[in-house]
Amino acid sequence: MTDSGERGERAGFQSAVSAWFGSRLGGVLVPVMAALLAFFVGGLVVAATKKNPFGAYKAIFEGTGLTWFWPFLGDQERAAAASDLQQTLIIMTPLMLTALAVAFAFRCGMFNIGGQGQYWIGLIAAIYIGTHFEGTPRAAHVAFAIICATLAGAIWGGIAGILRATVGAHEVISTIMLNWIAIYGGKYLFELGGSLQGTDPSIPRSHDIFESAHLWPIWGALQPLHAGLFIAMFGLIVYHFLLNRTTLGYEVRAVGFNPEAARYGGISVGRNYFLALAISGSFAGLAGAVDVMGWKFRVATNDFDAGDVGFVGIAVALLGRNKAVGILFAALLFAALKVGTSPRQLDEKVFPPELAGNLATMIQALIIMFVGAELLIVYIWGLRRRVGFSGPARVQPELKQ
Amino acid sequence: MTEAPLLELNGITKQFPGVLANDRIDFDLIKGEVHALLGENGAGKSTLVNILYGLYHPDEGEIRLNGESIRIASPRDAIDRGIGMVHQHFMLIPVMTVAENIVLATEPTSGPFLDYAAASERVRELSTRYGLAVDPEARIDEITVAQQQRVEILKALYRGAKILILDEPTAVLTPQEARELFEIVRALTEQGESVIFITHKLNEVLDIADRITVLRRGKRIDSVPRAGATEEGLARMMVGREVLLDVAKGASEPGEVLLHVEELSVFDERGLEACRSVSFDVRAGEIVGIAGVDGNGQSELIDALAGLRKPAAGRITLLGNDLTRASTDERLHEGLGHIPEDRQRRGLVLDFTLAENIALHDFDNPPYSRLGWLYPARMVANARKLLKEFDVRGGGPQTPAASLSGGNQQKVILAREVSRQPQVLIAAQPTRGLDVGAIEFIHRRLVEQRDSGRGILLVSFELDEILSLSDRILVVYEGQIVGEYGPDVSEEELGIAMTGGRRKDAA
Repeated sequence: MTDSGERGERAGFQSAVSAWFGSRLGGVLVPVMAALLAFFVGGLVVAATKKNPFGAYKAIFEGTGLTWFWPFLGDQERAAAASDLQQTLIIMTPLMLTALAVAFAFRCGMFNIGGQGQYWIGLIAAIYIGTHFEGTPRAAHVAFAIICATLAGAIWGGIAGILRATVGAHEVISTIMLNWIAIYGGKYLFELGGSLQGTDPSIPRSHDIFESAHLWPIWGALQPLHAGLFIAMFGLIVYHFLLNRTTLGYEVRAVGFNPEAARYGGISVGRNYFLALAISGSFAGLAGAVDVMGWKFRVATNDFDAGDVGFVGIAVALLGRNKAVGILFAALLFAALKVGTSPRQLDEKVFPPELAGNLATMIQALIIMFVGAELLIVYIWGLRRRVGFSGPARVQPELKQ
Repeated sequence: MTEAPLLELNGITKQFPGVLANDRIDFDLIKGEVHALLGENGAGKSTLVNILYGLYHPDEGEIRLNGESIRIASPRDAIDRGIGMVHQHFMLIPVMTVAENIVLATEPTSGPFLDYAAASERVRELSTRYGLAVDPEARIDEITVAQQQRVEILKALYRGAKILILDEPTAVLTPQEARELFEIVRALTEQGESVIFITHKLNEVLDIADRITVLRRGKRIDSVPRAGATEEGLARMMVGREVLLDVAKGASEPGEVLLHVEELSVFDERGLEACRSVSFDVRAGEIVGIAGVDGNGQSELIDALAGLRKPAAGRITLLGNDLTRASTDERLHEGLGHIPEDRQRRGLVLDFTLAENIALHDFDNPPYSRLGWLYPARMVANARKLLKEFDVRGGGPQTPAASLSGGNQQKVILAREVSRQPQVLIAAQPTRGLDVGAIEFIHRRLVEQRDSGRGILLVSFELDEILSLSDRILVVYEGQIVGEYGPDVSEEELGIAMTGGRRKDAA
């Protein structure tokens, strides 16, 4: 064999190794390191308040209910852990879906900031269906409400998609504006005298949805975990296969990576912008539906000010690297952080609960920052590697112009 | 050869992560000579001169200037020691005049002000001395590329360069301009300047160099005097095996008209008419070459043919079907193939695997998919076959396209386009930036396509390529076809047509 042939094969092997490294190890490593680093910095802040960071983290962890998996727990502890874990999973459910709303658009090269608005539109649609059609069989009522909420979210995302595809309006701007339309539109519907306001004329909130529109409880009694968890997990699977195993997903990814090459390849870029944002919106709309049909059952006007599940979804997608499995774990982390630091879980002496909420927000922000600063982390990793062992080859600088 | 060398590089070694760019390279330069550095892309030429110019520092090895061992810390340091470099991409400020650009950073001043008259005077003096005709008062954006190059050379001379490094200087020039550059280089060496001339073009080396050093994969293969060197011998040293430089091809037997273009007009982004009423045919079994200097409407013409840009007027028919308003996708399925001008920006989705890239036009058809469901395993299987057939090295079907070298990326595109068996193949700059081995391969494949009865439209800025492949040559100038020639036309004649039928006078 010629010299060049051997070189070629070796280069092939090297690039295969580096591809594996990049997609598997590197893909997991960066988010995990970002999270660890964020917890480390958060620990320094706890220490600065003269509390023990280990104690605080232990208390937060216990508050998440994840101790339920420990085999050696007593009955009473286990029951408490179970109810905490139910909370964590309830919070995690919509986060997975709003993260998918960000991730799908991202794979098409767009930044969907409109998850929050799409969530509200989906939730409003689900409330409308859930508070009407009394007497419908449960399966039909639930299915109908979910389908309508999904479509409503798709329309809300699709508006931004059409604007991008036809007149080139940037989706960051249009989705942010659509968020506000959804928030104020929601308030208008449920405020005193609003067309969807509930029975009590003095409270600005909706009717409760009929029980026939409730998602089935699957675990727990007081505020049980609901079947929405399965719907969200199914969403992850749909996302994965839609993206990787359908022609639509192929087009979306091609447009996301290189719109010019996609166009050259015969793909309509505008059509994909529209479809990607519509599908994104449907994920977020579904998130609204499972929340209201699973455990909220109603909405009040001040909920519209407090809602942040669409925005946390951005962070989840970022940390989860727009991959289905990544989003699963990232959503669990963010939900656990939220539940573990909620005031009712924490002992005053270990860490002041009113600070704990801020700590959670801070850790979230740090994670986003560190994932964003991926380059820095990769660089540090590269330094380590250069000192330690000789890792996979980078692309030859001279060839790469 | 008794004269002591002006500059000596001994055992220069430079390691980049994963690649040994320079492996114990020896090189020397004698006062007043042109020493060519010849090698394929990635052979280490640029690394070596960048070391000499202070942009990189060698891991090992020694640089001796006038017999004295030196360390070149930075480009500034190199300039101070009399080493000047003209990059492939010029570093000039377009809105400033020639004189202002040349004296930049070392301006003659009178008090706090730029002494413009003195600057102009010095530039004029230098340009007459070396026969580099440029107008010191002209603005950079108003003069030709060849003149800009002269400004770069003058800039180096102005800063006192005794050694001039020219990095692929002819890549941007027409043949006439290249010849003028060679005159300039000869004038420089007669006046005692020494020149390092980097290129991968064999004919240039034999034209201009006194000595030739060939690099391959970071190693110095040999240094030979021009006398006695042949293109074949140099090519063998560059590539490491026998290379067929001339494309072996028989006479063409043109058949029916496949592609018919009639009075086509196309506008560019700025709304200017880039193509003006262009008409031509491409027949089965012929290669039609479109020759012209970059920016004379070729890109817009290709885009209009491929459906990536709406024509303002005219008609495009393929096998009698009117495709003037057809989408890109429709054209691809009607029998059009397109090797795009810019393989990284347009030809490939660099983050996709090779298998995905090979399926770029047909992913929505069987066997790659059915009813919207994709069969990645079939993509991989087909890709594996094609990668082997087209001798793509550096990765398999699952390798991201980004990690391949330029030549192999181009082979992937060629594999995709040719395997679809298009009736007409548009090949835009199919070998730009590739090395001799890859060029040979791609040329052979194009001729093969022609011989199997397909029509090929070749668009290239390289006259050599046009001349060695085309059965018919159309010359475009300012968006119009200004001449049609047979395959035996002289380079001279084409060159004149390419510049609008008149030789440009040096300013």
